[in-house]
Amino acid sequence: MGIRQEISSTLRLDRLGKSWNGLPDRARSAIPVVVLLALAFTYPWYVGSLPLNVPIINTFPSVHSMVTILVFVMMAVGLNIVVGYAGLLDLGYVAFYAIGAYTAGWFASGHFEQVNVHLGSIGFGDRSAVPGIHISMWVVFLIAAIITAVAGVLIGLPTLRLRGDYLAIVTLGFGEIIPQAVRNGDNIAGHDITHGTFGISPIDSPGFGEKLHEVLGLPVTYQSSLNADRLFFWTILILLGVTVFCSWRLRDSRLGRAWIAIREDETAAGAMGVPLMRTKTWSYAMGAFFGGIAGAYIATFNSGAFPSQFDFNISIFLLCMVILGGMGSLWGVVVAGFILAWLNVEGLANIGAWLNNNVFTIVGVEIEVPKYSFGIYGLLIVLMMLFRPTGLIPERRRKLEIEEGSGQDPIDHALAEAARKDG
Amino acid sequence: MLGVLFLILVAVWLVKNYLALDNKADFFNIFLIGLTQGSTYALVALGYTLVYGILQLINFAHGDVFALSGLFASTWIVSIFHLDEQSSWFVIIAGLFATFLIAMAFGALLNTSIERVAYRRLRSAPRLAVLITAVGMSFIVQNIALAVYGVNYRSVPPLVPTSDVFEFRGVHYGWDAFFVVLVTAPVLVLLTWMVKSTRQGKAMRATSQDPEAAAIMGIDVNRTISFTFALAGGLAGIGAVLFLLEFNMRYDTGFQLGLIAFTAAVLGGIGNLTGAVLGALIIGWIQAFNEGFAGGWYAPGPDWTRSIVFGLLIAILVFRPEGLLGERTPEGA
Repeated sequence: MGIRQEISSTLRLDRLGKSWNGLPDRARSAIPVVVLLALAFTYPWYVGSLPLNVPIINTFPSVHSMVTILVFVMMAVGLNIVVGYAGLLDLGYVAFYAIGAYTAGWFASGHFEQVNVHLGSIGFGDRSAVPGIHISMWVVFLIAAIITAVAGVLIGLPTLRLRGDYLAIVTLGFGEIIPQAVRNGDNIAGHDITHGTFGISPIDSPGFGEKLHEVLGLPVTYQSSLNADRLFFWTILILLGVTVFCSWRLRDSRLGRAWIAIREDETAAGAMGVPLMRTKTWSYAMGAFFGGIAGAYIATFNSGAFPSQFDFNISIFLLCMVILGGMGSLWGVVVAGFILAWLNVEGLANIGAWLNNNVFTIVGVEIEVPKYSFGIYGLLIVLMMLFRPTGLIPERRRKLEIEEGSGQDPIDHALAEAARKDG
Repeated sequence: MLGVLFLILVAVWLVKNYLALDNKADFFNIFLIGLTQGSTYALVALGYTLVYGILQLINFAHGDVFALSGLFASTWIVSIFHLDEQSSWFVIIAGLFATFLIAMAFGALLNTSIERVAYRRLRSAPRLAVLITAVGMSFIVQNIALAVYGVNYRSVPPLVPTSDVFEFRGVHYGWDAFFVVLVTAPVLVLLTWMVKSTRQGKAMRATSQDPEAAAIMGIDVNRTISFTFALAGGLAGIGAVLFLLEFNMRYDTGFQLGLIAFTAAVLGGIGNLTGAVLGALIIGWIQAFNEGFAGGWYAPGPDWTRSIVFGLLIAILVFRPEGLLGERTPEGA
């Protein structure tokens, strides 16, 4: 009886495997994505029934944490365009994040109280009584994206002529200047631009307004809704989906192939007629575009933009996601971004608590694990670079590049080839 | 052309702010502060330039080596030698001398270990991989400092007296400021002699020009690179003790200071020793004058110093990537 059941079940599995292989390629690659998306979209409903006190990780991330995590994943995907596709090391990506957040602060808050501009703003009642610039948040995302993309071009144009490490330093310089400018921006020639260390707060919330609320039951504003976290979660999930889709399509586009050509061998790409400057500037602009949206989104989610959010550390944190996932590997970056962002938001604290309760007690020490988060990320970066430079989920092409050493000195390449043949 | 214009602007800025000063002697006081500040930067900047010269690598961890050596030195001064301003001058001199040696040895050891553990394995890897590793190492060293010394600032008692070396019409030059120059100047002379005239220095220069040819000529390239890292770490150690005598320090002091020192190295022309010192002095003066003139004509003050320094860094890299004294390289940058 038992055996028969087992046989029949293996048979069924077998049949399942066969029919799986019989599916067209497109379906086979689409099904996991669809399942994953379905699981992600329904997350707020089943997160409550997930087990608590899981070993090591303790709990699964709350919907609230999920929003922050996904914003970081979105930025990692954006940075991957610059670092992974085009091979330009950007150590100042946090600048775009900051610009995006402050754009939201300028165009959707009461910060500029001298004026009273309302454009599609919602949930205010008597608009004339609410000073400041209040533009619909949906439009502000677009404005933030465009402003950061322009900022990316402005930063890129003078600096992209430089190669490799000098470019990294320039971007690092920008990544240091922008947060400081933001911190000191409460008195620029007498104007309060950024409200200094206090930041700009509160910032408007996205929503659908009274009319759509009455007709379709959509929330007036997210912040006033009882399910604010869920709404923010679904929205960022959609935004992330769009980012990943764009990133994926961009990679296979003419522009994307030009990026990869430059990454592999700039001189050869230039000789083949790829316009170097324009192509590189585009990668900056596209990377910045998504960083800007992410910045604006986190600003509206936290209902504020504060200078302390934009440390240099964030740039390195994002870089770590890209390296861990595998430079240029879209899915790798999404997975690594998710893991690292989760570690940063909840994971390290939970794992630290678990270690303190179960492992370190044996030795009799207690370590505040989250305090050393950046040491851990630094270690991760170094270990990856030493032992698995292609990342966790390597992109096939990138792997070949690193293993065969193309993009390097042709003589080195030839020597490596010869050594391999001998060996 | 652009450089001349820039110099004219700087001169106008200096004159205009000088005229606005109530006490003209302050101008020279600020100048001397800048000199002191710049001398400390020079020691760190040289470390960047030495390593860059030989490996074409921006050793991001260098600033953190500086900070960790300084914190290590603070332990020796405070807890082991028990030095304070009441100690007799003989004890202070002997103790400081020992501290300098210890900090140098520590910095050298730390820096060579970093090279040994991380960079050496990546000799044939793409340059970006090494650079990224350096960023990672920086965070690791910083967190070691955090784990050992905590988040609090460390300081040492004022061991060098602040009394004047000379005082001339309101221009004061204290012993504590003079001490920095007194230590830095011989170190720089010694370093120049070492790189220019000794066998080891020759090996360093040969390796930086062409590692393969140097190896063929019988130079132990790995050993030379280790030596360079040790030298850089030792300089950082000396700089750290000098910094510690004037300011507070904690685990993340090195990162900011490292970036400023790196800017100095780039300003002077990276890979060029004299350039690094010149660049460091200029940065020291920029900082001193900006902060000294704070509130004056286009002098935004200390809040903006970092932005000015990094703005300058970007401007140099864009307009004159070879720096003040560097040579143009085929890389274009």
